Amino acid sequence: MKTVITEEDVRYVANLAKLHVPDGQINALTKQMADIVALADKLSDVDTSGIEPTNHVIPVNNVFREDEVRPSYPRDEMLANAPMSSAGCYFVPYTFDE
Amino acid sequence: MELYTLTASEMHELLKTKKASSVEITNSVIGRIDDVDATIGSFLSSTFDSALDTAKTVDEKIARNEKIAPLAGIPMAVKDNMCTKGVKTTCASRMLENYIPMYDADVVAKLKKADVPILGKVNMDEFAMGSSTETSYFKKTRNPHNIERIPGGSSGGSAAAVCADEAVYALGSDTGGSIRQPSSHCGVVGLKPTYGVVSRFGLVAFASSLDQIGPITKNVADCAKVMDLIAGHDEKDSTSFNIDYPNYSANLIPDAKGLKIGVPREYMGKGISEDVSAVIKNVIKQYEDMGAIVEETSLPLTDYYLAAYYIIACAEASSNLARYDGIKYGYRTKDFSDLTDLYKKTRSEGFGDEVKRRIILGTYVLSSGYYDAYYKKAQQVRTIIRNGFSDELDKYDLLLTPVTPDVAFKFGEKSSDPITMYLEDICTVSINIAGVPAISVPCGVNRENLPIGVQLIGKHFGEPTLLRAAYAFEQSGFFTPQKPQIKSVKGSK
Repeated sequence: MKTVITEEDVRYVANLAKLHVPDGQINALTKQMADIVALADKLSDVDTSGIEPTNHVIPVNNVFREDEVRPSYPRDEMLANAPMSSAGCYFVPYTFDE
Repeated sequence: MELYTLTASEMHELLKTKKASSVEITNSVIGRIDDVDATIGSFLSSTFDSALDTAKTVDEKIARNEKIAPLAGIPMAVKDNMCTKGVKTTCASRMLENYIPMYDADVVAKLKKADVPILGKVNMDEFAMGSSTETSYFKKTRNPHNIERIPGGSSGGSAAAVCADEAVYALGSDTGGSIRQPSSHCGVVGLKPTYGVVSRFGLVAFASSLDQIGPITKNVADCAKVMDLIAGHDEKDSTSFNIDYPNYSANLIPDAKGLKIGVPREYMGKGISEDVSAVIKNVIKQYEDMGAIVEETSLPLTDYYLAAYYIIACAEASSNLARYDGIKYGYRTKDFSDLTDLYKKTRSEGFGDEVKRRIILGTYVLSSGYYDAYYKKAQQVRTIIRNGFSDELDKYDLLLTPVTPDVAFKFGEKSSDPITMYLEDICTVSINIAGVPAISVPCGVNRENLPIGVQLIGKHFGEPTLLRAAYAFEQSGFFTPQKPQIKSVKGSK
């Protein structure tokens, strides 16, 4: 398998990842992504028919606990790390069109 | 002999016998940082006042003849991706330049509970993505053995600090070699524990199924002591194992007799430098002389390690790093037109190039139409790799390989081509894929006097055997690491 990576592909995926790629960098980044995807393409040589995927190396099961009320972090301390806050809330631009 | 040159075990003896106080020891190490860190560049932030407060507490306990913990009063450094309450935790990224956590990582809480003076936070590759600490947004860290060279990465600040006696030990994190590779390049001991042995609560996530915190120390006995402190179940990390943890220090015996060691031939072949290969062959002979049974063996799919690793690690990273959106914490761009523009500009300005590359690759392999071909495929290959390690580790007590293909390289030598940099991790990534523990132990130098490490790989939860084998080797006197000569530039800051 040899996947061709175009500038379009890189722009499309960068947009999905909410990243902006400046015009001056798209060429170099596309070449680098092509090299890395070529490395990833090597895996198609491996016969994996009938092999279960591993999500976790050691069997991990859901861990449950009682759903009891515990103290939360102080609001003021949490908001202290926010780039902008107002009246005890995070301050964000309009999310929906009016 | 300056106090700062001593190991944690030696310092503990001095404290117990009242030959030195923790304040004296801590001041000695702080003085060392003042002397050499302008040259080495390990620290991103320092917390000397609180370290000295902790030291005073320990001295008061000693004065009252109270028993102190093995690492109490012995100053250390923490990689800057572990949360420290009230102290900046930047991940060496512009994105978190001003982030001040309101809680401690589980490992940090354990250090504090054991009265360990924390000297500060140390440099790393941005979000732990890199093998040279060159991707740090803030500064370069230099290899104390040769300041023209990188210290390794991503835990480069941790390894350089321990090597330069700027910390008695340090915590690092390892996703694909980030503890072992810098330890090897700096000539110190570094252990990546079994996945699930050390809580990841409060460790800023890179690739959650691969990340693990571990010790970087001056010798193997100190490594066991740090493991005694940080290993254990934590209910705040659902992948943390609830088992009876051994006392790692108590199991240290300088005896390798009868240990069965496998040497996978794929790790000794092409790409490994002549000097590294020669030193590792002598290490193998040394183990045989110590009574170990060493055999050549083989591991499957070694040519596919890097591909599987980068797919899995980047996929997980793209998901984990989606949280940096400029809303709740971290960097926010100044000018934006709407919410999407805010996200895009924030992330593009806040992340460095390597982080962005990995997010884009991770998003690509998880995107519709490519998921099965890349991500699922990599998870299947992961099964084969993991089973390969299990089979070999059923036959052998441990496996022995180089840590890196060659010694520490020069600044800029590999940063222009991502793939060249990724090859630096060829001997280490598979261990994280399999989730087994591995330790890097100093074992020699190359013709330019640069450190070389040997990697010992154990079974799941096999740290006691790993530490025993490493301890036996260290105690055999086969190799004694030399302290680097660092020119003091005190007062130049």
